[in-house]
Amino acid sequence: MKLNMVQALNQALLQEMERDPDVLILGEDVGVDGGVFRVTDGLLQKFGAERVIDTPLAESGIVGAAIGMAAYGLRPVAEIQFMGFVYEAYHQIVDHAARLRNRTRGRYTVPMVVRMPYGAGVRALEHHSESTEALFCHIPGLVVVTPSTPRDAKGLLTSAIRADDPVIFLEPKRLYRAGKQEIPEEPEEIPLGKARMAREGEDLTIIAWGAMVPVAQAAAEEAEKAGIFPEILDLRTLSPLDEEAVLESVARTGRALVVHEAPRNCGLGAEISARIMEKSLLHLEAPVLRVTGQDITVPLAQNEDLYYPSPQRVRLAINKIMEW
Amino acid sequence: MFQLIDPEGRPDSTALPDLSTDALRRMYALMLTTRLADDKAFKLQRQGRMGTFAPSLGHEACQVGTALALEKDDWFFPYFRDLGSYITLGYPLENYYVYWMGNEKGSEIPQDLNIFPLSVPVASQIPQAVGAAMAAQRRGHRNAVVCTLGDGATSQGDFHEGLNFAGVFKTPNVFVCYNNQYAISLPREKQTASATLAQKAEAYGFEGIQVDGNDVLAMYVKVGEALKKARAGGGPTLIEAVTYRLSNHTTSDDAGKYRSVDEAREWEGRDPLVRFRAFLSGKHLWDETLDQNVRAEAETLIEEAVKAAEAMAPPPLEEMFIHTYASMPAHLSRQLAEMREIQREKGR
Repeated sequence: MKLNMVQALNQALLQEMERDPDVLILGEDVGVDGGVFRVTDGLLQKFGAERVIDTPLAESGIVGAAIGMAAYGLRPVAEIQFMGFVYEAYHQIVDHAARLRNRTRGRYTVPMVVRMPYGAGVRALEHHSESTEALFCHIPGLVVVTPSTPRDAKGLLTSAIRADDPVIFLEPKRLYRAGKQEIPEEPEEIPLGKARMAREGEDLTIIAWGAMVPVAQAAAEEAEKAGIFPEILDLRTLSPLDEEAVLESVARTGRALVVHEAPRNCGLGAEISARIMEKSLLHLEAPVLRVTGQDITVPLAQNEDLYYPSPQRVRLAINKIMEW
Repeated sequence: MFQLIDPEGRPDSTALPDLSTDALRRMYALMLTTRLADDKAFKLQRQGRMGTFAPSLGHEACQVGTALALEKDDWFFPYFRDLGSYITLGYPLENYYVYWMGNEKGSEIPQDLNIFPLSVPVASQIPQAVGAAMAAQRRGHRNAVVCTLGDGATSQGDFHEGLNFAGVFKTPNVFVCYNNQYAISLPREKQTASATLAQKAEAYGFEGIQVDGNDVLAMYVKVGEALKKARAGGGPTLIEAVTYRLSNHTTSDDAGKYRSVDEAREWEGRDPLVRFRAFLSGKHLWDETLDQNVRAEAETLIEEAVKAAEAMAPPPLEEMFIHTYASMPAHLSRQLAEMREIQREKGR
């Protein structure tokens, strides 16, 4: 069955709700409207208002309630309409969801998923284009996941719903309807914490996730024409990081480039670069470089293309690394 | 404001609940135990044997009255000043002590108690209590969820978001606001221009009532009624328990900086413990011998709890790491191994 990312996410939710009566959805406009991106379309009709809950407009209320539900034994999937609004709920995620297991020594856990579209590239309005995954990766106790393909979206969301930890599930909205992919109809668990080899190569390792994976792929195709063969590692799970996969690849290629659309300063690229430096210095034939969003407020629609990494910027960084 | 016993201990005989002598005496015993256990914690803190904590002095009636109204299947989401509730609900006192001594073991809630760990970020427990109540609805349980909070919490966004959800989804919640007149230094009248805190419930579409928070019977009756309503599907209630924080905010605070001695003295005259003892004496249910017996029992319990808490070892290194995720990720295993190595080196 060929599905785009929105349809794939919808299918994961539908199948998990069919499988487990404890799974429920709550958020703004998720019921009657099916979500502003239609990720939850049709689920209200199938499962009723008790399991697909249209909530008041209140992000902290949504996530706080989801924490209480999860601690009570349910498996809530909370939707935050856009990542730019999750800060209203940030304290619930950081102060409670991330640490309830630890502070009660395992008596209470938070098997909750907080889904949200993130990132630039769809000509959205202000506060709708940011990519602030690092704010979540920094917090112990959270799992942070980002798919880059429809199949991964379904498989990773399935695993996230079944996971016993709170999962921040970031959906690259630029890829929501970017293309269809053949997907197994049966539920599929794609393991959390494991990166995916998105392209095999030998000359350098490009580490990317979400909407930056296709950007890296476009740059890699260009590079191949010049005889450079980049490997692309799609992280899938941003935290905890699949350090082994990164180090294994870099040990083979000897060069690494991190691509993310978030600002560079204190972005996840800094952490990845530091880990490579700490553990693989002697494998390196060039410094680890980063192609990232600029350290500025994300511009409005007219200039957003200048903000996040383009295949051209990635291509230039590849050259720089290879010519070191 | 609802009241059953006036400050002199005289009851409103027409409305008194039908409670056995034993039940009334137990109420008093729980309040006295709370008072003594709180005082012990204060002394331990001053002796350097316990960290900073939030004393419960003056809150014995609203805490004990609230907690006594709960049934076994009800859930309880406390804020950070709730010793009387913990004692009443059967939370091990040594756990309470050891938590404030700085050991997470203290918030490992026993499996048979549906108590949430106390919430330090003000009001953040409210939406969670509402979520638990929504989950109870979903599961078809006929129980209720009590959430306590202070007067300062009513200014927070989470108070609004939580109570608004509760009203919309008609959740089986009882919100008990211990209005002790101060949020650290900020007096009640600067917290909100509302005439009462209880009236805020009206905006969310459910009942809010003011109860004398220094009257344990009034608290017990009103929280009990609200719980019964909640369990029967009648929706949430906000109860404003009007009381006073006789202590400092925490052991690190000095209330003399922001409130007058006269004011505090006036409230000392309305001591909930003294009032309930006067009531019991008036009904010939109390005398010095009984008081001494209860006191002796409480002191034994407290001494044993202190001994047990101080005997608990700090959590072993591994405990710091293993509860971060359901299973330990590689980077935490590495950090744990590194710390073990350092400890071994130190031991040499």
